[in-house]
Amino acid sequence: MTSLDLKAPAAGEALSSPAGGPPRRRRLRIPDRLRRGGLPYLLLLPALALELLIHLVPMVVGIVMAFKELTQFYIRDWGSAPWAGFDNFRVAVDFDAPIGAELLHSFWVTCTFTVLAVGFSWLFGVTAAILMQEGFRGRGVLRAVFLTPYALPVYAAVITWAFMFQRDNGLVNSALGGDSFWLIGENSFWALTIVAVWKTWPFAFLMLMAGLQNIPRELYEAAAIDGAGIWQQIRRITLPSLAPVNQVLVLVLFLWTFNDFNTPYLLFGKGAPEAADLVSIHIYDSSFITWNFGSGSAMSALLLLFLLLVTAVYLLLTSRGRKGADA
Amino acid sequence: MRHIRAAAATALVLALTATAAACGGGTATNGEGSNKSPKKLTYWASNQGPSIEADKEILTKEIAKFEKQTGIDVELEVVPWADLLNRILAATSSGQGPDVLNIGNTWSASLQATGALLPWDDKTFDRIGGRDRFTESAVAATGAEGKDPAAVPLYSLSYALYYNKKIFKDAGIEKPPATWDELVAAGKKVTKGDTYGLALEGSNLSNHIHQAFVLAKQHGADFFTADGKPDFTSDGAVAGVKQWVDFMAKDKITSKSVAEYAQNQSLSDFSKGKAAMVLWQAAASTFKSQGMDESEYGVAPVPVQSGTPGQGEQINSMVAGINVSVFKNSDNLDGAIDFVKFLTSDEEQKILNSTYGSIPPVKAAQQDAAFDKPDTSVLRDALGTSAAPLPQVPEESQFETVVGTAIKDLFADAAAGRPVTTESVKAALAKAEQQMTKS
Repeated sequence: MTSLDLKAPAAGEALSSPAGGPPRRRRLRIPDRLRRGGLPYLLLLPALALELLIHLVPMVVGIVMAFKELTQFYIRDWGSAPWAGFDNFRVAVDFDAPIGAELLHSFWVTCTFTVLAVGFSWLFGVTAAILMQEGFRGRGVLRAVFLTPYALPVYAAVITWAFMFQRDNGLVNSALGGDSFWLIGENSFWALTIVAVWKTWPFAFLMLMAGLQNIPRELYEAAAIDGAGIWQQIRRITLPSLAPVNQVLVLVLFLWTFNDFNTPYLLFGKGAPEAADLVSIHIYDSSFITWNFGSGSAMSALLLLFLLLVTAVYLLLTSRGRKGADA
Repeated sequence: MRHIRAAAATALVLALTATAAACGGGTATNGEGSNKSPKKLTYWASNQGPSIEADKEILTKEIAKFEKQTGIDVELEVVPWADLLNRILAATSSGQGPDVLNIGNTWSASLQATGALLPWDDKTFDRIGGRDRFTESAVAATGAEGKDPAAVPLYSLSYALYYNKKIFKDAGIEKPPATWDELVAAGKKVTKGDTYGLALEGSNLSNHIHQAFVLAKQHGADFFTADGKPDFTSDGAVAGVKQWVDFMAKDKITSKSVAEYAQNQSLSDFSKGKAAMVLWQAAASTFKSQGMDESEYGVAPVPVQSGTPGQGEQINSMVAGINVSVFKNSDNLDGAIDFVKFLTSDEEQKILNSTYGSIPPVKAAQQDAAFDKPDTSVLRDALGTSAAPLPQVPEESQFETVVGTAIKDLFADAAAGRPVTTESVKAALAKAEQQMTKS
């Protein structure tokens, strides 16, 4: 993500910068060449510096930490922590040993959770966006209501969910008339997924609603005249036209959901139930509970690699698909 | 254009490495302490009272006395429990910490291992009146055995059995249970409808550890060997954990709902009369705030397997409490030690501990009439005769998390009606033991 953020505006700025033009009064003696090429960079400098400070430096420090034996015995002077080579990584990916096996379990839980959460968020988002495309009374109100979860502070919202999922006094059980546990045991996975979908889908809704505005109405009219039904219209016009929006949307949803820390932490605290042991919490436990920051950093670095890989493959596949479709 | 891009890339990499190098090292943090600023101190206090604000008020009043005596300006910050350990870790790794701070006594050995805290050798102890001023059990919870303590005991607590007098009387139970068999029998007698014998916190990891530790001890087992290796699957440890979970799984004297309790709901169950018994440390102020009068409940020592509480297999509580430590790289070491001396003086010990409902670890202060109340006298006796500190090993917080989570999962099993057997307990503990990384 980071490198994309950096590059995209840089290229854009470079293109739109004033190119050439007649020589004006030269107050400052900056060569034209440098001025033309340098201005975008100058404008970008504050953003770059902050990006460096807030994103890249901690990332690099984290990766360095992954190669150190940074336990509680060294955190006071972590420059002196011995280099561990690839030991931390070896422990993390040794899936026959308990620590690796737990990480792998947590990884699969996270994958399943992400696929479900992103899938349902997208499905709800696209359904609601299509249904609300036609004007009708109360559309504005409904839109506002649908966007509420996105506007609420995460903490307040998730803590409220935690209350609703309580066994004895919770709203969920009294509505369903059951007496199951939601915050411990197997159901915790579903509690987590429900909250994640609830929290995420308004964003999908918002993005897709914006995307729908760009589809010319004539297309639908022409299709209707040709006798296409509503399903055919959705399949042949709406979804293909939304492809560029979807490409970015699904990726962003995937990254956010996969890395989500707040939702599981607020629902379960430390010591998440096994069924809902997401990798972000797992890494937190592996560094802040064991105080073995080297091992936790190694797991983070592996996660970063995985997400980069998925992102790269995804972008490659989707852009190739789109180019093919465009041609 | 290409040149500029290359130059920009090089500059970026250079800046990155420079910043990384500047952040790295951390060499500034291992500077030793000094007395460079003798007129200033920072104190991080843990949250002992009903709220942060209340604590500030209580402590500011006391600290003013110290400021007047010494002319040292003390900057107080009350840190909530949820943040305290992470704040200490951050302070340790950055070197930007307070001069004096409170720590949970179970963290002593872990924090001792970081080397960030001033070791209290005999000479340093003499400056605050000597090690003998403190109870033995409290000093045992200040660091690993055989090393100079990393902290000094400040407030002590222990567990007691709180019981609802009316429920007991209605069921014809004349005296509080002294053994676990009696507790289970009493629990079964009063469990009917919405009322249960015992309330506990099934999702509170620390609480599980406190109980499992005591029960394992009573079965002759320790969770760590003498040389500090984890040993979670001994027969005694398994029996201890199983006994704790069995209150729900086999004896059925707790409500199933308690499996998800972690925010002191068990205390409100007790004060509402939904549970007849609860095992807790100094719960009087909570019950009072929930509208339960002191006369409505009784306080008794935590049961043992048989006989009477004592040492070894007869312990009935962990030594709970708060210690006070000095950061080794303080710029006012003498002032910091003087401040610890002030906090642990007989006079301040009486005032602070009676305010907070805890027991002074200072022997002379302990005998004050303020601690003769029904509940505090039980806590005091336990601390004096039948409490032992949790394992003082560097991996303590990891132990709490992995074993605590294992027990939490066992309670989830019990609540879902799945059987909890010796084998399933042993398997859960074996898995927990494997999670303990070498450090």
